[in-house]
Amino acid sequence: MTGEQIVFLLVALFTLGSGFMVVTTRNLVHAALWLVSTLFGVAVTYALLNAPFLAVVQVVVYIGAIAILFIFAVMLTRKDMRDQGPQMNSNWWVGALLSVLTFIGLFFLLQGWNGLSKTAADIPSGFDSISELGNALVSPTAYVLPFEVASVLLVAALVGAVYVAFNRK
Amino acid sequence: MSFWKDPLKVAADWLMSIFTGWGMPVVAANILIGFLGIFLLIALLMLLDIFLVWVERKVVSRFQDRIGPNRVGPFGLIQPFADIIKLIIKEDTTPGGADKVVYNIAPMLSMMSVLILWAVVPLAPRIIGVDLNIGALYIIAAGAIGTLSIIMAGWSSNNKFALIGAFRQVAVMVSFEIPMLSTLLIPTIFAGSMGLNAITEKQDIWFVFLAPLGALIFLIAAIAELGRAPFDMAEGESELVAGYNTEYSGMKFGMFYAGELLHAFTFGGFWSILFFGGYRFLGLEQVSAFLAIAVILFKAFIGYWIIMWVKYTLLRIRIDHMLGFNWKFLTPLSFTLLMVIALMNALLAGTPTLVYTLGMFLSNVVLGWIALEIARSYSRKEREKMEGMKKVVTT
Repeated sequence: MTGEQIVFLLVALFTLGSGFMVVTTRNLVHAALWLVSTLFGVAVTYALLNAPFLAVVQVVVYIGAIAILFIFAVMLTRKDMRDQGPQMNSNWWVGALLSVLTFIGLFFLLQGWNGLSKTAADIPSGFDSISELGNALVSPTAYVLPFEVASVLLVAALVGAVYVAFNRK
Repeated sequence: MSFWKDPLKVAADWLMSIFTGWGMPVVAANILIGFLGIFLLIALLMLLDIFLVWVERKVVSRFQDRIGPNRVGPFGLIQPFADIIKLIIKEDTTPGGADKVVYNIAPMLSMMSVLILWAVVPLAPRIIGVDLNIGALYIIAAGAIGTLSIIMAGWSSNNKFALIGAFRQVAVMVSFEIPMLSTLLIPTIFAGSMGLNAITEKQDIWFVFLAPLGALIFLIAAIAELGRAPFDMAEGESELVAGYNTEYSGMKFGMFYAGELLHAFTFGGFWSILFFGGYRFLGLEQVSAFLAIAVILFKAFIGYWIIMWVKYTLLRIRIDHMLGFNWKFLTPLSFTLLMVIALMNALLAGTPTLVYTLGMFLSNVVLGWIALEIARSYSRKEREKMEGMKKVVTT
């Protein structure tokens, strides 16, 4: 086992463990904080995959904005941070069945895939992933359309939020 | 490649020969040397941090026409050590009903969010933790962790003052991140890279001459991010005791305090890297790496001094005024500035340096003037409206 694999396994265990804690802990703020550590684990995974841009954006967007928003929402809407009552509802067996089926499906799918035993090609020296990404996002032969559509969607969400919150006098 | 040019490489090679001489595998030796490098950087930073306490107190006393610490040691230099001993032997209290784990993690995260910033600071042409090609964005990411530490401290203390302080501070940090991010993109446009080393190397002309307005907005956003006066309603000692760190005592409070000082110094450093040429000064950085480090420390101290100057001169702003200032003035201005600079950069590409610099400088000045005129006419209108209302009331 190489060092990289050990690091990956540790990070994956950390991420999954935190994810498990998100759904099992009864304290809502703790759940939000465990969510932060889950998202951080994902960011570390991106960093291990030689994708520093995605890793940093993961931290900025998910930890810096979304998780903070979660914590704010929990604190502003709840007086009691503890969640009483059952943690499962009557549909628990449907969820369990679906997740087992998904696992089996993925297992068989990945068994026939030879990508798992391959090693990734080395990134050529002098390859600047961030400028390649920037070019791809605005190049008409690559992702300019999805990029623009996503920005229009975000602007629409912004305008909608302002319209809902706007106080007409 | 002599010791004076690149001391870290020489030291690393020397250590490598020793470790491999002991029969250690090269991979393990590399990891160990990396850890030693991190340890050296953090140890030096914490040592610097101790003296920042003294610097801060001395400078405050100058601004407030006092003498400051002057009893322990020459010029009060030993004062911070006395402070540290006091902080360490103080009783470590935990408020009743506090969330113990979160309460104890928060000061560590706060300190960590400052220390990890130094991973991307180019101290000399070849002395840099990691030359990340996304260095500018990394600053924002570290700030996100700082935000998290503050909300954790405020919530876990089980104290309403701490919680209100944390809410205020987080509202400020989340909103001032936007002008900061858009001004961070200005040096990126000039340098064609987000790496801080590349940004430094491109500054044959300091970027402050190309984008003076950008440098100013970055400084304002940085001070807000630091939560220092005039943006310090998070601590607001006249209303909230001490804000988010009200319940902390001893070294846990010390971590917040030291973290804040080092954070201010670090942002002085970033200001100098992004707009004032970083370690570059008249070619001194080519002479020796030590001179380059001296140059960047000097510039960082000047930035830190300006931040202190602002802190001890201006009064606290009310939270709604400050958020209004950010969302209605600073954010649109910084977005417009970014667009203008990107446009001018495309228009002036290929022109002689003098024309380019003058064009950039003038477009900044004109944009700043227009923004101030719009703000002035708006405030005049508001004032007239207020005065009109008063007349109605009196008659």
